[in-house]
Formats: sequence, structure tokens, C-alpha cells
Amino acid sequence: MNIDSIENGYVIDHIKPGKSFEIYNYLDLGKLDVSVAIIKNARSSKTGKKDIIKINEKLDINLDILGYLDSDITINKIVNGKIVKKYHPELPKRLVNIIKCKNPRCITSIEQELPQICELTDKENRIYRCKYCEEKIDV
Amino acid sequence: MKHLIDIKDLTIEEIQNLIDVAKDIMQNKEKYSKKCDGKKLATLFYEPSTRTRLSFEAAMMELGGNVLGFSSANSSSAAKGESIADTVRVVGCYADIIAIRHPKEGAALVAAMKSEVPVINAGDGGHSHPTQTLTDLLTIQCEKGRLSNLTIGICGDLKFGRTVHSLITAMSRYQNIKFVLISPKELKIPDYIKKEVLEKNHIEYLETDNLEEKMPYLDILYMTRVQKERFFNEDDYIRLKDYYILNKEKLKNAKKDLCIMHPLPRVNEISTEVDEDKRACYFKQVRYGKYIRMALILNLLEVE
Repeated sequence: MNIDSIENGYVIDHIKPGKSFEIYNYLDLGKLDVSVAIIKNARSSKTGKKDIIKINEKLDINLDILGYLDSDITINKIVNGKIVKKYHPELPKRLVNIIKCKNPRCITSIEQELPQICELTDKENRIYRCKYCEEKIDV
Repeated sequence: MKHLIDIKDLTIEEIQNLIDVAKDIMQNKEKYSKKCDGKKLATLFYEPSTRTRLSFEAAMMELGGNVLGFSSANSSSAAKGESIADTVRVVGCYADIIAIRHPKEGAALVAAMKSEVPVINAGDGGHSHPTQTLTDLLTIQCEKGRLSNLTIGICGDLKFGRTVHSLITAMSRYQNIKFVLISPKELKIPDYIKKEVLEKNHIEYLETDNLEEKMPYLDILYMTRVQKERFFNEDDYIRLKDYYILNKEKLKNAKKDLCIMHPLPRVNEISTEVDEDKRACYFKQVRYGKYIRMALILNLLEVE
């Protein structure tokens, strides 16, 4: 299988095998008119298998969500065919409309037009809480 | 725009400032009787309450202001499906400050996010009730003369009791506070309060189901009601509601200067024979509640 290297954009590497479609959906890549390659079950010297997403376009997309989904992911930013930045995404301080609060007593259970906001309250233990009811969100 | 949604929104200094103003109001009522002349407080109460709503209304009236509002969701536009955000935007056109009570957790925050006038959380379900906590702090300050160096027993429903969680959170910021947490095992304090408040702040605490055994050590005994409205299962409520009843007999080994508190309403968890005991502070607590709300209204309205 042959997928060209990209000129400008991102390579999201070390995705847990099988998780690439989930990330594709979270990042709303389906709505963008850009070249995206999803490579499933690529060989990995570290973990045996991995998924990779390649986005061949300079985009201003927020990749913070990847830190919440999987902190082992590596993001490579490519400019003019070269990696200019390589990093593991940090846990985002706030997640908007990513996870729904499951507390039946939460105001979001009846006022459904409210944005679902979760905030990182304990970075060390990766604990997020609903901004409204402060219920712990299971990550 | 200042709001009060959670007791954690206030620093110790801000709390002390409110306490100082409340104490000054108690001693100089006349000085404050026209401070809110021409101002209106809206009380938006989506669930029943006697004490809190009347306390807010009395507080505003004693400051020379007026009050308007509703006392159940059925008598508001919520019954027609109006959102909280829309209601507060409309009410903000009529009133200078809003006190909101709602059965859903986080409702007051939603109101504050959309309101153009200050919002006070008057209780959002089992989540937060900061003016009750301010009331408790003023009571402790006035009755014990300090907010530090205290052993505080909290008895009853420690699982769902929002006043308990807020009180523990607030008192954990003061020096040398110890908690004795007394409850049946089904109503124990949630783990997150233990881990994220007590243990994080290195607060000494003990969990027990035996009230009498720990009575002699307590400076404050905070009794709570097992609240029917917090249970999804009525059988659980019936089984647990009579677990602790405070009476004269149980108080016989208590300290002479114990302060007995209760957020009220009580059902039967404090026997009426205790009412005559000079250590019973729960009706005084109601009065303190009005004064601290007066101080809070002045603060949020930025009235000097």
C-alpha cells in the first residue's frame, strides 16, 4: 500500500489500533474538503500495531482533544515536507460538546441546548468534572 | 458582574468581610434600613422553600428594597417550557439582583452565565447552597467566637446533604479543624469529598456511626435531615430517616459550650425537648441567615 508523504499538514501517529475512525469523527475531518489518509494496523516497533492519520493541508484545527482521547498519540506538524514540531498532546483544560454529563440531576439533562462543558480539575489523575453539576466524568 | 454560585467562589477574606458586615448590621440595623431603597430582588424559586425564600425577601426588605418573584415552577414560564437563560434575561429587565433555587444541579451557574444582573444561588438540587454555608459560618463565628481550632461533628445524611459538603469545603480552609462524620453506612460522605477536600487539605477526620461515643469531643454538632427528595427509592428513605434522633439523653456527655446547629427544616432528628437547651442554636442560625444575606446583597449590588 502506497501513501505519499505529505507536504504541509499533520501526521497523527501512534494511535491505538482501531481508534483512528473515532479520532477522525471527533476532529470532524469528514466535513473538511482536504486529503486525509487513515492507515489502520500499521506496523509499530513499540506496540506491534498502530493507526495513523495523515492530513495533507495547513489547517487551523484544535488537536487538544487528542490529549483527552489518548495521551500516547504523537502529533507531527509538517511544513514544506519537514517535521517542524513533534509532540504529545496535553490534556485539554476544557472539553466542549465532547462528552455528555450522565448525572440525571444535572441541569443539562433538561436544558439540552446548553453546551456540554467539562473541565480538567485534577491533571495528575486525569479527572474531568461537568462545569454545571461538578459530577466526575468517566474518561 | 459579581455572582455567588458556590462557596468556593469566595476567598477567606471575602467571607470574613461578609461576616463583619453582617455583624455590623446586627448591631446597627437603622444604619442599613434604606441602603437598598429603590432596588428590587427577584426570587426565582422553581421548587418549594420556606426559609430560604423568606430569608432573602426579609433581608431585602430590611435593607429598604422590594421583592418580586415566584415560588414554584408551576407558577412560572418554566411550565410553558421557557429555559432558565431566557427567564433570567427577562427578569433582569425588572430586578436588580436575582436569587434562584432550582432542583437541577448547575441551574444557578446557567443563570449567572446569561444574566445581566447579579445572581445568587439559593440552592441547586443536591449540589450547592452557598448562602446556607455563609449562614453556618456566621453562626459559628458568633456562637464560638472563632472559625478555627474546632472539632465539628456532622450527623445524618452526609451523602446527599449539600449543606454538609459545602460546610466541609468551607471549614477545611481554616486552621486546626477536625471533623467527626457520623452517619449510617448508606449515607456516608462521598469519596470525592474525602479525597479532594479533606485529604487534599490534610484535615483530620473520623467516620463513625456512633453519635454518643464521640459527643464529648465536639465543639459543634451539625445535625441534618434525611431528605426524601434526594432519594429515587422511597423504601431507602423510610429505612434511614429515623437513624439518628438527638435528645437530652444523648447530650448528657456533651461539652457545656457545644453549639447544636441544623440547616432546618427538621423532621424528627432533633427532639423538641432539645429546643430549650441553651446549646441549641438552630433557630438563632435562621436569624443569622437573614443578616448574612443582607451583607451579601449589599456586596453584590456594590452598595456602600
